[in-house]
This record gives sequence, C-alpha cells and structure tokens, in this order.
Amino acid sequence: MSDVPIKVLDDKCIGCTACVKACPFGAIEMDEKLAVIDLHICTVCGSCVEACKFDAIEMAEKTVSAKCDLSAFKDVWVIVEQDDGKIESITYELLGEGRKLADDLGMNLCAVLMGADVQSMADTLISRGADKVYMVDRPELEYFKDEPYAAVMIDLVNKHKPNIVLCGATTVGRSLISRVAVSVNAGLTADCTELHIDPESKNLIQTRPAFGGNIMAQIETPYHRPQMATVRHKVMKESDADTTRTGEKELHEVAEAILKARTKRIKMVPEEDNIVNIAEADIIVSGGRGLQKPESFAILHELAEVIGGGVGASRAAVDADWIPYSHQVGQTGKTVCPKIYIACGISGQIQHLAGMSSADIIVAINKDADAPIFKVATYGIVGDALTIVPLLTAAFKKILGK
Amino acid sequence: MHFVVCIKQVPDTNDVKIDPNTNTLMRDGVAAIINPFDMYAIEEAIRLKEKHGGKITALTMGPPQAEAALREAISMGVDEAILVSDRAFAGSDTYATSYTLAMALRKIGDATLVICGKQASDGDTAQVGPGMATHLDMAQVTYVRKVDELDENHIVAERLLESGYEVVESELPCMLTVVKEINEPRLPSLKGKMKARKAEITTWNAADIDADPEMLGLDGSPTKVVKIFTPERHADGEMLEGEPNEIVEQLVSKLKDVVLGVS
Repeated sequence: MSDVPIKVLDDKCIGCTACVKACPFGAIEMDEKLAVIDLHICTVCGSCVEACKFDAIEMAEKTVSAKCDLSAFKDVWVIVEQDDGKIESITYELLGEGRKLADDLGMNLCAVLMGADVQSMADTLISRGADKVYMVDRPELEYFKDEPYAAVMIDLVNKHKPNIVLCGATTVGRSLISRVAVSVNAGLTADCTELHIDPESKNLIQTRPAFGGNIMAQIETPYHRPQMATVRHKVMKESDADTTRTGEKELHEVAEAILKARTKRIKMVPEEDNIVNIAEADIIVSGGRGLQKPESFAILHELAEVIGGGVGASRAAVDADWIPYSHQVGQTGKTVCPKIYIACGISGQIQHLAGMSSADIIVAINKDADAPIFKVATYGIVGDALTIVPLLTAAFKKILGK
Repeated sequence: MHFVVCIKQVPDTNDVKIDPNTNTLMRDGVAAIINPFDMYAIEEAIRLKEKHGGKITALTMGPPQAEAALREAISMGVDEAILVSDRAFAGSDTYATSYTLAMALRKIGDATLVICGKQASDGDTAQVGPGMATHLDMAQVTYVRKVDELDENHIVAERLLESGYEVVESELPCMLTVVKEINEPRLPSLKGKMKARKAEITTWNAADIDADPEMLGLDGSPTKVVKIFTPERHADGEMLEGEPNEIVEQLVSKLKDVVLGVS
C-alpha cells in the first residue's frame, strides 16, 4: 500500500479537469495540465475515480482487515428515548426502520430501555416491533445523564455485541451515542435520512446530508462493529402498534461504579410558551423578514393553531427579535421534516433550506418572484403573506368546523 | 484557569452555490471561515477569562491554511493558538478527528474547560466534542446556552434541550459545546488584529502529539464515504396564480387531506 490514500497517476492524466468538477469538496486543482489532489481537504470519497475516463486516479486498496470478528455481532438495537415515562415518538420511528433492517439481516430487533421505573414501558415497545427489550431500571437513571447512560450502554454493547445500533439525532441522543461509539470503537454516522442493508456485504449503507443538505453522502462501516447511526425526527415512518405481538424482556443488572456521574441536574426548566416543539410538528407555519414587523407573527400563530401546527422562523426574524431562538429553522437553528412547511415571507437562504428542504410539501408565499425559496417549493405563491395567510386560516376554520 | 477552544475552518455556506448544469457544489472563490458555532465558543472563553482570569488557547486540526482561523481567534482575544496538521490526517471521520484533538489536548495537559461549538456547519454531526471528551475521560455538558457559575472545581451551566433547559453542575475539567443563544461574538479590535498578524502559531504534527498512526486519518476511521451525490430537489414545483381568494381555494384543496389527517 502506498503512503497516500489516493493519488493522480502523472503519466495517465491528460488534464481534462473532469475530476475537478466531480469533486464535491473542491479538493482538486489543476497544476498546468495535471490534476493535483489536496490531501488536507480530500475525504477520499472516490467521486473523482469514477469521473476519470483515463484511470488516472488510483485509490489505495484497503489492506486493513476487520478490527474484530464481525460475525460475532448480532441483532439490531434501538435506544429508547423516554421522558418521565412517556416514550418519545422518535423511538417508534427507529423501531419502524430497525424492524426492516432486522428482517433483511434475519436478526432480532431489540430495544434498550434505560431509566427509573421503566419496566412497564416494555410491552409497548414489543407491540411496536421489538423482539426483545433490554431493561436497565435504576433510580440513578431517573433522568438523562451523559456519563452513566453512556456507561450502561457500553456495558450492554460489550456483553451482547449488537450489529447495528440506532439512536435519535436529538440533543440527548447525539450526546449519548457519541460517547458510546468512541468507547466501543464503533463507526457512527450522524443524521441519516436513509438506511439499508447492502445485499452482498450485509453492511449498513447510511445516507446523510452534508454541506447543509447540498450534497448527500453514503457511508459504510466495513471493518468495525457495531455500526451506529443517528436518525433525525420525522424522517422514518413510525411502526404501528400490534398488541398481539410477543417478545422477550431482560432486566440487565449493572455494577454501582457504572452509575457514577461527574455532572448532576440542579433543575429542569420547561419551555415557557408551551407551544408545539417544531422538531416534532407535522405542520409548520414559518415566517421571515418579509413579514415586516413582529406583530405579523400573530397571524402565523393563528393559522398554526387552526391546522394543528407549530410556528417556525428564519434566522432574520429571530435576529430581529421578532420571535425566540427556539423557533429558528435552518442550519443554526432546528432541522425540521414536517408533512407541510408553509414559508411566509422567507426568501430561502441556503442555510434556511438546509433546515427544511426535506419537508413533504413546501408552500412558499413571497412577494419576490425570484426568491430562492420557490426553487424548493411544491406550491409557490407570489404575493403578500399578510393577505394570503388570514384567508387560509379562515378557509381551514370553515373546513375543520372551528 | 486554562480555557481551550476547539475550532474548525469551514467553507462559508453563504458563498456555496450549486452549479445548475452539473448539480455539484461550486466552490470557486468560496471563503474559508471559522465554523459559525465556534465563534460562540471563542466569545464565551473570552468572557469567562475576563471574569475569572486565566489563559485561552485555540486549537484546530486542519490544513496549513487553517492558520487563518487561528489568527482570527487571536484577533478576538485568544492568547495562544495551536494548529495540528499532518497529511496522515486525510480522510479522518469523527472518530479519528476526536482522537487527534484529544491527543493534542493531552499534550496541552492542563485544560480546565474545553469549549466547542455545538457542531460544524459543513458536517453537522455534533459528534467530535463528546467523542473528544470520551477519549480524555472528561465530563461533558452539551448544547450550553448560558454559563451560570464557574469556580476552581465546578461549573454550572444551562443546557438547551428540546423541551426546555436544564441547569447542570459539573466537575472540572469539563467539555462544553455551546449554542448560538449563549452570546454575541465580538468583532476583532484593531489592536487584536495587529497582535494576530504577529502572533506565532504553534504547529504540531502526528508525531508531536504522540498519536498512534493506526488511529489516524483513513486508517483510523471506522466509517468510509462510499458515494457522494446531489439530492433531488422539487424542481417541478407548481405556481398558484389568480386573485388571493382563488389562490387560497387552490391551496386549501391541495393541503386539505394532509391537514385533516393531522388534526
């Protein structure tokens, strides 16, 4: 194996620049008539190798073999997220997706349930598709704490060796799984929008957006197990409940030392304006600078209330202090994936699109016909949101009998 | 107290455009900036130092050009800067990156508080901060929106969660990741800019941080990118036209079924 992972063969390169255009990372430049790869930027994704018609780019064949006995790793696991005895919907989405993966691999689907007084939730998890529920029930796990939750997961992974572990890409999920993956030497891929099993290698193929959704990357973990992935809310379909399903429950005992934590919660302060969490909303009515004044958000709140949605906002509206940061959609705010996203007076900066372009239906209302938001819109309306939205609210009020 | 801020140089997504013909990213002339979330991390370190005293070191892993990001950090008020750079880091995923940064932090030795942005704007993983803390067996508080207290041995911080926020106390040393809400980053002063121009940037390679070559770059990365493609967009969107009430009528008929299904 050569000392570099990828290189241009000088005698074969004719300087056609096909690779320069193909590189999603801008890592290739022309030096006279020769392509040069900047290894500091290159991610060795292989896009240029495919693009080169002259076989002038060579990627080093991996001589590394598996870091562990891959066949020893069985089953698909889902980390259950629950808050005070209520299972979060992301868990059902993971069970829905996990069920498919487990069936493709001919393996069991297992749910990992951690917390205090949680055993009564196991039946629900079985009805939603789990073949087995691993339960860790300790008062120390009453609420999420990074270290003990991670330590319990690590203990379980080392004992039972799962093939795949799925976790919600929530604040809790991301904080937890990153610690677990490093501790057990697993590959971890964030924010997957699609998962499937490669029919030949049986590896988990993970598709995720990068660069604010401008490109998609497919990622594999060929030599390590478990294969770990986080999935955003609302991306996968929830599994249906079937109360006739049966499954196994196993209470896992952990050593006292595992539950030690260097952090502790002093208090929990719930969000004051008890409105719909937009990351979980099926419908989002969102406003931007085009609304002109903070009072205009009242119109959006009204529509959202009538059609059962939450209110979102662009960064411009949040920066102008028209609405709190918790409503911000986009790269520096929340990523949302609702069934309907209604963008009112939002121009559609790339950072905003990054947070909402995977919505099923996008309605764009904007006075500027050239606004970039129309490029991603399912339905576009060139007009004033302040006129359209109240009419929409009135129409839905009638239909819904409100 | 020694504050270490971990930053990353990323392409400015304001500049990133899609080539309509090839559907690929056009990166010509795209400016390299400090990851926007890391600006809040730098600012928070400066504010904590102003209040509690101590020293701030900015740490980055990247190509030699990433030095520019470190100089910008110095111009804001960071005292020292370290660039960890080696061709052996090419193709690093979040595992290898967090290992590399952890080894650099180990060499730094006396960090009391490590502060990172919640995630980088190019990869959006939010995995490197916690990964690094794990390699170092360090406590962590992620998604911090406010630091309430800091003394020799403890920090109290507010962590933003989906359902509200939680006030968390942690022992030191500790790793924080911060969200936008925490502060408003300052602009560099003229004096800061002059200091940054003259500042000496420490550069470490893989051997300097005593890294295990097998844990670095492509070899040290459990995940491999196998394919890159451009996502499909709603190219064939429909424009609704007419008087406002006609438009609304059309829209209602398109959305009705979904809305009824949800409500």
